[in-house]
Amino acid sequence: MPTVSVKRHLLFKALGRTYTDEEFDELCFEFGLELDEITSEKEIISKEQGNEKAEGASDVVLYKIDVPANRYDLLCLEGLVRGLKVFKERIKAPVYKRVMPSGEIQKLIITEETAKVRPYAVAAVLRNIKFTKDRYDSFIELQEKLHQNICRKRALVAIGTHDLDALSGPFTYTAKRPSDIKFRPLSKTKEFTACELMNIYKTDNHLKHYLHIIENKPLYPVIYDSNGVVLSMPPIINGNHSKITVNTRNVFIECTGTDFTKAKIVLDIIVTMFSEYCENQFTVEAVEVVFPNGKTYTFPELAYRKEVMRADLINKKVGIRETPENLAKLLTRMYLKSEVIGDGNQIEIEVPPTRADIIHACDIVEDAAIAYGYNNIQMSLPKTYTIASQFPLNKLTELLRHDMAAAGFTEALTFALCSKEDIADKLGLDISATQAVHISNPKTAEFQVARTTLLPGLLKTIAANRKMPLPLKLFEISDIVVKDSSRDVGARNYRHLCAVYYNKNPGFEIIHGLLDRIMQLLDVPPGEKKGGYAIRASEGPAFFPGRCAEVLVRGQSVGKLGVLHPDVITRFELTMPCSSLEINIEPFL
Amino acid sequence: MSTQIQLTHSRWRGPGPCNMTSHIQEGRTHFGAGSGSRRSGAGSGSGVSGLGKHTRSHLATAMADGPVAEVLLKRLEAADGGLDTANLAAELGVEHQAVVGAVKSLQALGEIIEAELRSTKHWELTAEGKEIAREGSHEARVFYSVPPEGLAQSELMQLPSGKVGFSKAMSSKWIRVDKSAADGPRVFRVVNSVEDEVQRRLQLVQSGQVEKLSEKEKSELKKRKLLTEVTLKTYWVSKGSAFSTSVSKQETDLSPEMISSGSWRDRTFKPYNFSAHGILLDSGHLHPLLKVRTQFRQIFLEMGFTEMPTDNFIESSFWNFDALFQPQQHPARDQHDTFFLRDPAEALQLPMDYVHRVKRTHSQGGYGSQGYKYNWKLDEARKNLLRTHTTAASARALYRLAQKKPFTPAKYFSIDRVFRNETLDATHLAEFHQIEGVVADHGLTLGHLMGVLREFFTKLGITQLRFKPAYNPYTEPSMEVFSYHQGLKKWVEVGNSGLFRPEMLLPMGLPENVSVIAWGLSLERPTMIKYGINNIRELVGHKVNLQMVYDSPLCRLDAERASPQTQEAA
Repeated sequence: MPTVSVKRHLLFKALGRTYTDEEFDELCFEFGLELDEITSEKEIISKEQGNEKAEGASDVVLYKIDVPANRYDLLCLEGLVRGLKVFKERIKAPVYKRVMPSGEIQKLIITEETAKVRPYAVAAVLRNIKFTKDRYDSFIELQEKLHQNICRKRALVAIGTHDLDALSGPFTYTAKRPSDIKFRPLSKTKEFTACELMNIYKTDNHLKHYLHIIENKPLYPVIYDSNGVVLSMPPIINGNHSKITVNTRNVFIECTGTDFTKAKIVLDIIVTMFSEYCENQFTVEAVEVVFPNGKTYTFPELAYRKEVMRADLINKKVGIRETPENLAKLLTRMYLKSEVIGDGNQIEIEVPPTRADIIHACDIVEDAAIAYGYNNIQMSLPKTYTIASQFPLNKLTELLRHDMAAAGFTEALTFALCSKEDIADKLGLDISATQAVHISNPKTAEFQVARTTLLPGLLKTIAANRKMPLPLKLFEISDIVVKDSSRDVGARNYRHLCAVYYNKNPGFEIIHGLLDRIMQLLDVPPGEKKGGYAIRASEGPAFFPGRCAEVLVRGQSVGKLGVLHPDVITRFELTMPCSSLEINIEPFL
Repeated sequence: MSTQIQLTHSRWRGPGPCNMTSHIQEGRTHFGAGSGSRRSGAGSGSGVSGLGKHTRSHLATAMADGPVAEVLLKRLEAADGGLDTANLAAELGVEHQAVVGAVKSLQALGEIIEAELRSTKHWELTAEGKEIAREGSHEARVFYSVPPEGLAQSELMQLPSGKVGFSKAMSSKWIRVDKSAADGPRVFRVVNSVEDEVQRRLQLVQSGQVEKLSEKEKSELKKRKLLTEVTLKTYWVSKGSAFSTSVSKQETDLSPEMISSGSWRDRTFKPYNFSAHGILLDSGHLHPLLKVRTQFRQIFLEMGFTEMPTDNFIESSFWNFDALFQPQQHPARDQHDTFFLRDPAEALQLPMDYVHRVKRTHSQGGYGSQGYKYNWKLDEARKNLLRTHTTAASARALYRLAQKKPFTPAKYFSIDRVFRNETLDATHLAEFHQIEGVVADHGLTLGHLMGVLREFFTKLGITQLRFKPAYNPYTEPSMEVFSYHQGLKKWVEVGNSGLFRPEMLLPMGLPENVSVIAWGLSLERPTMIKYGINNIRELVGHKVNLQMVYDSPLCRLDAERASPQTQEAA
């Protein structure tokens, strides 16, 4: 969930009233925001770098507000204020208009070379804008928030904003060999080739995260003006030539990306938020974009969409009984201008370009519910009549767990993920013999594979509890995972029961006694001939030679028990003899 | 602690006289064997001198039978006023502890004696002091080792008392060194005989005549570490109001013989020490997190919810994300958040008809949706992963439900492991348990969701709820559930919920007017709060503190309605 940080006094000034922190917190809660933290720049620096560094930093109160991940229109002060004011019916939602320039329209021409690296571009102009320091900061901050969220760290969309007065159109969006791109990027004093820049930015804490997006492509995307001035090399860096400042009056905005829909949304969001400061408020100057196929589109789209919903549908989904008129009012408060039409039971809802999150009627229903107030909704119980049942495997597990404890064993709860070493090397097995599933992106060796046996987890539990008095008697009934090509995903779980006895003596008879008890509980009689169970001498690399037996139930092997091999004991950093039992309990269902 | 163990131990070891020493030995043998049946941890022997909190111990009582107690009573009868335990020990030639034990056991019998704690200081020889009292001072030993014809200094220095004795004997002018001797410096006697004052003084102390030494002499010997002053805690014992020399022998405990013969009627029994702990039983224990899991299962079953199968940790991206209408560029699908599989890397089978409906809904919309309008890729959906939520299992269950015609309403739940490739800290692990509830029926509303949540949380002992609008990719409307925490005096999030999006349900084939409400919470958080655990590693995984498992109480979530702990518990 993105967090937007706004100066409290600016927020209250823009809202046209002040709130106590509690009142504002309440307002946020009602609207679906969260006042996460009340702090100041000074406090933040002091927390992160110590009091000394915080010396002289601003102590203006900051609100850190958590915004739902799909509400891009609330990612800056301007949007938050507009949303809250409309919600509180202080203002009517502004109408955003795309206008044609008095002179010639700006053009952005996309060449076909971009197709393989970053095929889409959209653009718009904010004409006669008036920045102040705070507005400018908010403008930069919004781009950063969009980059981190909907733009997926610039992979899907990257935004470039430029001083239009320093450039001359038409603009060309193309892709070139990195060695053929040369320009002076933002905050550098000289020109570099794209190759050089990629090297330089490897150590740049901010930009290094974006390099991978184009690094291995033969051609890098780049935007030129008609004089060959580089506007930007998306998604990495803008040129210094067209850098915007607080004094910039005309801003050219380009969004390039791999996701056309999101590029259009991002452009819409930026221009709707900041056209507030244009001479003609809420108007945005159009830009023509010529695609490689020759087709021309005009941006920003600033599309208003009309949806019609039956009022009773909204009532039914929320569980309220409001008149269509009231519902229309509620929706209007959520920035969705609505009115009752037709037979009086229909509501026409206008979805503005700021509300890209509204993609289905259910989104509209939610907004009606929010405006109504979630906590005003009458609670009721559904009349759904059902008869419950347990998942048989879990039911058996629950029953067995209690009797394992009654038999004197203590339950452990170990991780399903572990290292290859745990399930293979330490047990004297080759990893290929385990049929384990392998994780492709583990951050540490602890998460290389899913366990194929519960034993390592129990032995590690003992190792971590060596200070405890002996004997240690542990068990676990849980799932292991192995590859299985008969399953849709190519792997499956098995429910295993594992128990270990750790003491000065191996205690095989105790583990054997436990097996007998388990079989008694499962109503399996002893003796192979009677269709019962038996144990038969066996071997396994984890066991001491001659001290391992296979558990056979109705002629089928369900697991093994035995005295662990001293090498196994040592590899798990244990010092005492230990016997173990591990069986699959699924045959007993 | 160990005293308690010995006490309870003696309670079960049956009758029979035993004196302090043998009992302690027995206790030590017990611990020494490392039999490990005690879980409270072993300590060293009990502090015997000084009346501890276990004065009225069975142990002490047992000693009343001993000969020391008998002698003590006899001496006390003859004594004028009273007697000192240290003196008595010295006279009897037994350890002082044994006398103190007898005092305690007699005290346990009532007003037979009175004992007053006294601490007295007295002088004792150190080990070196004792040696000197026996063998003579180092300087004297040096003097005597020098023969009339003298001794090479180097040779003298090698004697055990050489170094210390030499300088002392020199300063006492008992010996001299002739440095001009032919084969190196040579030591000669200066006087014919010496008076070993140090030895004499130490012998005085040894024979109890310390008062004959001056303070100066004592402090000099103390400086030489030959003498030390010790504080002795003794008891001044006098007759009590019920003094008697004939203390009737008490029985330790009932025996089968006493019951069959009826002899118990004529016996008196030693009192129990009820402040001691009982013996630690040798029992098995259930894990606290799984005890809480049992309770949550119980709650769902009480509410008529059927358990979903969740025994598949490996899931395809399709069921984990795509089926839930979670777009393929969603950050949750990032390598940083999700464990993907290298082997088996891809799901082998997907329900292709359904997959196509899902693909269309994502890329083009449909079912009343605008869709996400992006290029949906089958390869991305095939990628196998460790499920990041049990909602993947809910999706499978709902898909199965949708295939059954006609539609029958359903209530489902699950509690099982999920996996996240997260940064680990005190409250986050790479795997945790998720609790999920789902209701599918015609015409379910947000009000129904809230009503079900109210009942569910009431069963957890949480009654003060409030709902906040939220965003989840696969529910709309969505609401976070908050409960008022009495301890923290604020609202804390206890769960997340919502109505599944039609874009998720309709491609499955569920009827249009069927709504599905769902909610989820983690199992670890309420458990940590309930059992007061701050570090999740102490609860889940092999680093668990087994003592905590042994000690954890029953889990009764609704029985603690008033407790602020449970308020947060969810």
